[in-house]
Amino acid sequence: MVVILGGSLAAACAAPGSGNAQPTAAASSAPALSAAPTCGTEPITLKGYFETGFPIARALTDEFTKQHPNVTWDIREDQFAVITQNAPRVLADDPPDLMRLPQVSELVKNNLLKNLDDYAKVFGWDKWPPSQLEQMRLAPGGAVRGEGSLYAMGLNFSMTGVFYNKKLAEQIGMTTPPETLADLDAALAKAKEAGLAPIAQFNGGATGGLAFPLQDLMASYGPPAPINEWIYQKPGATIDTPSNLQATQHLEKWIKSGYFWKDVNAVDYATMMSRFIKGDGLFMFNGDWESGNLDKQMAGNIGFFLMPPAQAGGKRAAMSAPLTFGIGANAKNADCAAAFLNWVATDTQARTIGVEVGGSHPMGPADAPMPPVAAGSVTENTLAAGARIAEDNGAMDFIANATGAIYAKSWTPNLQKLVAGEQTPDGLLKSVQADYQSQVKGG
Amino acid sequence: MKAAAQRRRNWAGWLFVLPAAAFYVVFVIQPLAMTVQYSLYSWDGIGVATWNGVQNYLRVFTDPDLFAAILNALKLIVFFSAVPVMLGLAIAATIRRIAASRLALVARTVIFLPQVIPLVAAGITWSWLLSSTGLVNQLLTAVGLEGITRAWLGDFSTALPAVGVIGAWVLLGLCTLLLLAGMSKIDPALYEAARLDGAGPLREFFSITLPSLRQEIGVCVTVTVVAALASFDIVYISTQGGPGNASMVPGLEIYYLAFSEREVGLASALAVVLTVLVIACALPIQWLTRDRSS
Repeated sequence: MVVILGGSLAAACAAPGSGNAQPTAAASSAPALSAAPTCGTEPITLKGYFETGFPIARALTDEFTKQHPNVTWDIREDQFAVITQNAPRVLADDPPDLMRLPQVSELVKNNLLKNLDDYAKVFGWDKWPPSQLEQMRLAPGGAVRGEGSLYAMGLNFSMTGVFYNKKLAEQIGMTTPPETLADLDAALAKAKEAGLAPIAQFNGGATGGLAFPLQDLMASYGPPAPINEWIYQKPGATIDTPSNLQATQHLEKWIKSGYFWKDVNAVDYATMMSRFIKGDGLFMFNGDWESGNLDKQMAGNIGFFLMPPAQAGGKRAAMSAPLTFGIGANAKNADCAAAFLNWVATDTQARTIGVEVGGSHPMGPADAPMPPVAAGSVTENTLAAGARIAEDNGAMDFIANATGAIYAKSWTPNLQKLVAGEQTPDGLLKSVQADYQSQVKGG
Repeated sequence: MKAAAQRRRNWAGWLFVLPAAAFYVVFVIQPLAMTVQYSLYSWDGIGVATWNGVQNYLRVFTDPDLFAAILNALKLIVFFSAVPVMLGLAIAATIRRIAASRLALVARTVIFLPQVIPLVAAGITWSWLLSSTGLVNQLLTAVGLEGITRAWLGDFSTALPAVGVIGAWVLLGLCTLLLLAGMSKIDPALYEAARLDGAGPLREFFSITLPSLRQEIGVCVTVTVVAALASFDIVYISTQGGPGNASMVPGLEIYYLAFSEREVGLASALAVVLTVLVIACALPIQWLTRDRSS
C-alpha cells in the first residue's frame, strides 16, 4: 500500500499537461507537395469522427468508397456537444484522419490540427472565393482567426435567414418577402393583431436561440465586417457598438411587443422545430440545414428570405459557416483525407449529395457545376440566397463562435435575462464584451 | 517473543485490508489529491499548465456567478432535505399505522418508485410536466388558476424551486423507506405503554417515534444534504442552469468550467470548495444525530 500510495503521490507531483508532442516546426518545414495526393490503390482504412444527426458525412463517405473501393471507413459518431468537449483529448490521444470540428482556435493553439496550406496550394483551394475558407484560417499560435494558415475544410457551407409559413403569410396579406426592416416590423405587427405567433424561436436551457435574430438585426443596422473582426478576436474589436446597440434595442422591442412565444425561455431547438412545422409561428430565424427537412414536412408551404436591411436597397448579410472538418496533426492517412475533402468540393456526385442531403451550398470554385434542385422548393431559395450573400460579401460567422464559452456562458444567460426584463440592451452588450475580454485574455 | 507475534498478526491484518485499500487509494485518494493539485494551476486540459497559486480560489469567492451557484446549492437543501425528511416522517408514521392493510403496500411502492427510475428519465418527465402546456399548467387552468401558469423551468423566479420540487419527489421515497425501516425496530411495548398512559397519536409520535429515529433521521438528512450540494443530473436535464444563471449549481458549473471553458484549474478549485462544504455540512449533522446511548 505504501508503494502504491508513494507511486500515486509521485505521479501527482508533476505539473499537469505537457503540451502535444508534435513539433510545430516540422509541420511548416515539411517539403512542399509536388503532386496532388491521392488515396492510392492499396487497401486503406480512414478513421472518421462525425456528428450524430447529420447524415451528409456518411452519405459522402459511402459514395467515396463506391468510387474508390480500396478506401474503407472506421467511423465513430457523437453529438456536437460531446465532440466539442472531447476534441482536444481525442486529437491528442487517438487522432482521427477526418474529424468534425468545433471552434478551432484552441485546437490550433495546442498544435492538434494539421496545417492544410500545402494541400490548399496543390489542390487549388486557394483559388476559390476566399470567403469560403476565411473562417478556418488562423494566424500563427491560433490567436486571431480569419487570416493566416488553413487548418480545416468545409463539406459545404450553411446559410441563415428567415423561414416563413406561406399559408400564415397569406392570412396577413404578405405576398412578397419584406424588403426592409420596416416591412418586416409591419408584418410582425399584423401577425400579432391577427392572433398568430409572429416568431418561432428557441431560447431555453444553455442555448440562447435569440442570438439568431439578434445577429440578423446587427447586420441590418450595420456592416458585417466589424462583427466578423470581433468573432475572429482581432485586437481591440468590440461588440458594444452604436449600431449593435440599435439592433439589441430593436430585439427588445420585439420581445416587449410579444412577438416571441411567452415561454421562449423554456423552448429548446427541437420544440421550436416541431411547433413551427405544426403551424405555430409565422417566421423562424434559422439556417438552411433545415431546408431539406422543411421541404419534406411543409411541402409548398415554406419560404425563405435573407434578413432585410434597415435602409431600402441596403446590402444583405447572413450568418454563413462551413460545416467544418479537420485532419488530426498526427493522423496516419492525412493525404487520403485531404484527397477526400477535395473530392467533396469538386466531384459532381459529391456536390449533389452536399445539396440534397446537407441542404447547403457546396464548397468549391465559384463556377463549379450546381446540382439541379426542385423549382419552388425552399432549398432553391436558400441556394439563391447563398449567391446573393457572396455578391454582397455579407457572410458572417456566428457571434456564438467568438470563444469556446461565449455562447453558453454569456450570450445565452444575457438573452434569457433580456426576455425576462432583467437585462437592458446596453447592459447586455457591455456584459458580453466584458466576458469576451476575460475569455480572450484567459484562453 | 509475545510482542513479535503481536506484530506479525498486525501485518496479517494489513494484508487483508490491502486490496480494498489499494482501490481506495487509486480511485478516491489519488483523484482527490490530483484535483487539489490542479486547483493550483491554470490549465486548459491539454497544453502546459502554469502555476497559479491561490488565484483560482480567490476567483471562486469573488466571481459573483460562481458564488451564486454555491448559494443556489444551499437553497436547494430546503427542497432536497427539509421537505423529504419532514414529509417522509409524516408518511412513514401514517403507513406504519395502517401497516397491515394492502393500502400500505401500495403506498410504499408508489412512494419508493421515483428512487428506482433513473434520474435522467425523472428529469425529462418533469420537464414535460412543468412545460407551458404540461400537466401542471393544465391542472392549474382547470381549477381556475390560469393567471399563475407559466413555463416553470424557464421562469427566473420559479426555475430553482421547480428543480427543487423534482429533487424532493425523487428523495422522498428514500427517506420514507429508511424511516419506515427505523420505525419497525421500535419496541411495540413502548407504544402500548404510552397508550395505557393515555397518549394520543401525536404524543406517541413526538415522545416515542421521533426520538427513536434519531439515527435514521441523521442518515436521511446527511444523504439528502449531500445530494442537494452535489446536485447535477436533475439540473443538467431540466434547465442546464438556466434561465440566465437562475438554477446554476456548483456541480454543473464545475462541468462547464472543465469541459466547455477548459479552465481545469478553476473547475478543480470549485470542486475542492464544494468538497469542503459537503464535509462541513455533513460532519455536524453526524455529530448531532449520533447515538448517545452508547
